[in-house]
Formats: sequence, C-alpha cells, structure tokens
Amino acid sequence: MNGAAVLVRRVAVLLALPTALIATWWITSAGSQSFYFPPLQTILETFVKLWLSPQAVPNVVPSLLRFAVGYFAAAFLGIAIGIPVGASRHLRNTLEPLLEFLRAIPPPVLVPVLILFAGIGDEMKTLVIVFGCIWPVLLNTVAGVRALDEVLAETVRSYRIGRFARLWHFVLPGASPQIFTGLRQSLSIGIILMVVSEMFAASNGIGFALVQYQRTFAIPEMWGGIILLGLIGIVLSLIFRAVEAWLLGWYYGLRRAQRAN
Amino acid sequence: MAADTTNAPAKIEAGTPAWLRGLGGLAGFALLLEIAPRVGLVSPYYLPPFSAIMVALFHELMSATFWTALSDTMRAWALGLAISLIAGVVVGIIIGSSSLLRTLTYSTIEFLRPIPSVALIPLAVLLFGTKIESTLILVVYASFWPVLIQVLYGVQDVDPVARETARCYGLGTFAQIRYVIWPTMLPYLMTGVRLAAAVALILAITSEIAIDTQGLGREISQTESGGAVAIMYAYVIVTGIIGVIVNLGARALERRLLSWHPSIRLDTAGAVR
Repeated sequence: MNGAAVLVRRVAVLLALPTALIATWWITSAGSQSFYFPPLQTILETFVKLWLSPQAVPNVVPSLLRFAVGYFAAAFLGIAIGIPVGASRHLRNTLEPLLEFLRAIPPPVLVPVLILFAGIGDEMKTLVIVFGCIWPVLLNTVAGVRALDEVLAETVRSYRIGRFARLWHFVLPGASPQIFTGLRQSLSIGIILMVVSEMFAASNGIGFALVQYQRTFAIPEMWGGIILLGLIGIVLSLIFRAVEAWLLGWYYGLRRAQRAN
Repeated sequence: MAADTTNAPAKIEAGTPAWLRGLGGLAGFALLLEIAPRVGLVSPYYLPPFSAIMVALFHELMSATFWTALSDTMRAWALGLAISLIAGVVVGIIIGSSSLLRTLTYSTIEFLRPIPSVALIPLAVLLFGTKIESTLILVVYASFWPVLIQVLYGVQDVDPVARETARCYGLGTFAQIRYVIWPTMLPYLMTGVRLAAAVALILAITSEIAIDTQGLGREISQTESGGAVAIMYAYVIVTGIIGVIVNLGARALERRLLSWHPSIRLDTAGAVR
C-alpha cells in the first residue's frame, strides 16, 4: 500500500513539469494566428496523420536504415581498429596525433566531400555516418585498452590464455566502459549526420521531408517533423541506455560496491 | 602489451620520442594523400594531391574571403558557447541548489537533451533565414546541455559540511556560491566546457553547410558544388586544425584553472589512479 503510494508520488513528480509545459504550449498556442507558431492541437493532428501512418514509411525507414548500418559499421570498425592501436605503444604514438586531427574535423563537412566520391545516394549518407561516428569509438577504445589492469594482463599472459579468449574475456570487457562512452558520443553525432546528409542532398528521408515542408511553408507538417526527430533522439537514447545497463550492469554494480566501502 | 607498459620508462629514453613518431604518422598520411591520386588510386578530380591542396590553402590564406569566413565561424562559435556557458551555469546553480527543483526538472531535462539540435534547422531558417541567429540557435541548443548537466553534478557534489559551515558563518548567497559551490563545481564545469566547445564548433559548421549561413562550412559546400575541389579540401583541413586548437585550448584552460585541484596535480605527477 505504502509502496504504491511512493510510486504514484514519484511518477507524479516526474510528469509534473512536462505536463505543465505541454499544457502551457497547448493553451498559449490555442487559436494562434501566428504563421510560424500554429496551435499545438493542429501540429499534433498533422503529426499523427503524417508521421504515424503508412505515409511516413518511405521517408522514415530509409533514414533509420542508413543510420543503423552506418552506426554499427562505425562501432565495429572503431573497436576493431582501436584494440590493436591501444595495445601497441608504438602504433599509438604514431597514430594518435593523426587520429586526434581526423576526429577534430567537424563531421558534417564530410557531406560535401563524400558527395564527390559516392554521389548523393545511400552510399554517401551511410559513409558520412560511418566516418563521423568512428572517431569517438576508436579513440575511446584506444584509451580503454591502454588503461587495462596491468596485473590482470600479466595474469592472462602467465596462464597462456589464447588470443581469442584473451580478447573476449579480458580486453573487450575491460575496455567496455570506455567503449560505451565513445558509442554514446557517436549516437548523437550519427543522428545529426543522418539529418544533415538528407537536408543537403537527397530524394527521401526525414531530413529531406523536413526541408521540403519548410521550403513550401507547410508549417504544421514541419513542426510534426521536428517532433518526430525529437522522439527518435529520445527513443534511441533510451534504447542505448537499456543496452548499456544490460551489458555494463556488472561494471556499475562494481563501482557502487566500491563506493559503498 | 603488458611487457611494453612495464618496461616503458626504460624504453622511452632509448626509442624514438613519441612526438617524433606522431609527426611521422601525420607525414605518412600526407604522403598517402599525395601518392594515391598520382598513381591513380583515386581520381585526382575527387582527391587532388596533398601538395595541390597545400597550394590552394596558401592562396586562400592570402584572400579576404578566407579570413571573413573564418571570423564568421569563430564569432558564431564564441557567441554561442558564451551564451550556453552563462545560461548553463546560472540555470544549473539554481536547479542544483534545490532538491525539489532537481527532482521536478529531471524528467524534462532528460527528455529535451537527446533531441537532436538539427531538428531545429527548419525553424531557424524560417525565423532568421541565413543570419547568424540561425547558427546561434543550433549552437546554443547543442552546447547548453553538456554545461547544464555538468554544473548539476558539480553542485550536487558540494560537501554538506562545507555548506553548513558557510551558512553558520553567515555567508550570503553570493558568497556561498563564490566560495563553496564554485570551487567544487569548477572541475565538473570544465569538463562541460570541453564537451560544449567541441559540440559548438560542429554545430556552427553544420549550420553553415545546411542553412548556408556565412562561414567556413558555406565555403566548403560552395567550393564543392563549384568544382574547386582543392580549395574545398583546404577548408576541410582548416576546420580540422580549428577543431584541434579548440580541443587543446579547452584542455589547457582546464589545466590552468584547476592547477590547484587534486585530479590535475595527480595527473601531472603521473599517478593517474
């Protein structure tokens, strides 16, 4: 009984401000004559009609597909390259300034560059996402592998644990908290690149649709697209958190136990 | 791998210094960029030899267009970053100081934060066209959150004993902020500044590419569509150099402002843990 009351209270506290904000938006925009800020009711009606219907499929699916392919390719390549670089001091010293430079290039400038090589099709957009997302993963993997526990490394060596087992049971888990930091940074970069590459040159996709609505002054539709992108950002970060909690549960548990001491 | 970390101190003296190796890595990459188009690995139209890019860069450095574009980009970056910093610190201290406000705003912050700032591009275009305000909207929206989150962590980390002591000695609100909250918060804030500075640059350039506001990003997209590929690469390299300077600058600032803080003192002494 008491537990339920606490839960209700907690949910109420979580929802209080968002509800108040949305209600304020709803009320202040109701009957709004402003061209750029239509009533929230109109926006939501358009949103449901436009983006929560089969009509949205030709734009939403290609976007998310390109994002997924690019993001996972970047994650795989970043980890695969990061591990040998992190493990060898010479390789690390040689490549670190170059990697820092490549990482510092703001990823959206890759859009015009890659248009030269790959045109304006799916390849270009996926490649843009790969090139933009790889650096945080790569550099964090390098840092994670570098900071592996030395005693454990010696132990693994003493027991002559094979290459593959060492990678799977020692290197990857040991570096995973850092790798996830990189993956999290890449997630938001990937979403930015997904949208920007479609805004720049495309024939489908959410970013493409958004620009079309804006250019034709279809304002409620445009607001609907903004809401959709917001929701995608939120859902992806929730999924990421769930995966992280699942794969790194042991690590956070360990940290909590250490802090309790 | 383990062997080379344990033997490291002895080897550093004997082997090639790290900076020389790093320089070698950069030179190797430049050489690759020079040779690949020359032997026909990639079409020189898509990727001109590195020397041609450098010549183009040199010519650009002499032109007024370059310096105007550079100053436009940096102005949008600096203004946007300054706005996010001030807003993030003020809002963060207000929310962080009250546990009621913290719990009330938690869900809203977590909800707004992952919204990609590029979603605001169409709105920015409608409201401000290609003026600097469009860029500022994107830059501020993207760089505000890392600052706010770090400030919230920092304010929460204030030692309760220190806070009570300050209150007992009758320190006013501003004195408490200055002498109790600020020093605790500063290391967190500097992490936020570092993240925000990099994100702000990305969004400034993004807006120049996607909205066509004045700056380096616009030069890149225009030289690409105009076929001046060597100049485009020159601008790409410039944005990379700016990115490196921003990162290094933020790190140097952090080290300077926090030279008194144990995390930095330990770091320079070599004992990371």
